[in-house]
Amino acid sequence: MADTPHPAPRARPLSPHMTIYRWPVTMATSIVHRATGLALSAGTILLCWWLIAIASGPEAFNEFTNVAATPLGEVILFGFVWSLAYHLLNGVRHLAWDLGYGFAVSTANLTGVVVIVGSIALAIGAFALAYAGHGGYYQ
Amino acid sequence: MSLETPLHKVQGMGSSHSGVSHFWRQRVTAAALIPLSIWFGVSVLGLIGAHEAATLAFLSQPLNAILMAFFVVILLFHMALGLQVVIDDYVHSNGQKLVLMLLMRGFSIAVGATAMFALLRIAGPL
Repeated sequence: MADTPHPAPRARPLSPHMTIYRWPVTMATSIVHRATGLALSAGTILLCWWLIAIASGPEAFNEFTNVAATPLGEVILFGFVWSLAYHLLNGVRHLAWDLGYGFAVSTANLTGVVVIVGSIALAIGAFALAYAGHGGYYQ
Repeated sequence: MSLETPLHKVQGMGSSHSGVSHFWRQRVTAAALIPLSIWFGVSVLGLIGAHEAATLAFLSQPLNAILMAFFVVILLFHMALGLQVVIDDYVHSNGQKLVLMLLMRGFSIAVGATAMFALLRIAGPL
């Protein structure tokens, strides 16, 4: 059938893929949940270092706080705090889904935006409190 | 018509051979981590700028030491469950999967054991 005339090819729909489709809120929140989970897994090493430093005396403790106070250290700490805030808030969203709540598309989109904005607000809020001298109330 | 044998059906373990235990463990540890994470966040913010002695004093209080132990252990348990899903999703060779799973579990246990040792040393006369 090689001589059959073909109509002009129409643009066919492409298979869904991250690089082609606009990211819906629910897709972004899902992949960021996994990414923050991986980041927090790496963060357990820092948590462990902190505990070891406290147990090992003032010298080891000062070494930890000195590293934490460097610009890179603060960026990593901010990433850790935001990841924890995000994974916590989005985790509550997942638990609500497991109980059967919040499946309407409009609700899922809204709670997704709440999680994104809320986690950034929590992380910035925690750092703002620390910088403003409102941390350290257990000393 | 189901092709499941009566024994397979009554065991209720499905094709995963572990039933819904992973699902439940992930949810229960997640729920436990909600209050523990809030406690951790409030505690760390309260220790900002604290010297070694003040931090040590805080963590050597029995309640704080126990809560930190709970936080670390449940966190690592939840982490291992989550990382298992990531490995299941992206690693398709059974050999690689086994090696990664053993490394991941080993990492979780090593971090947990180190943290517990540190906590015991902080809280007790070691």
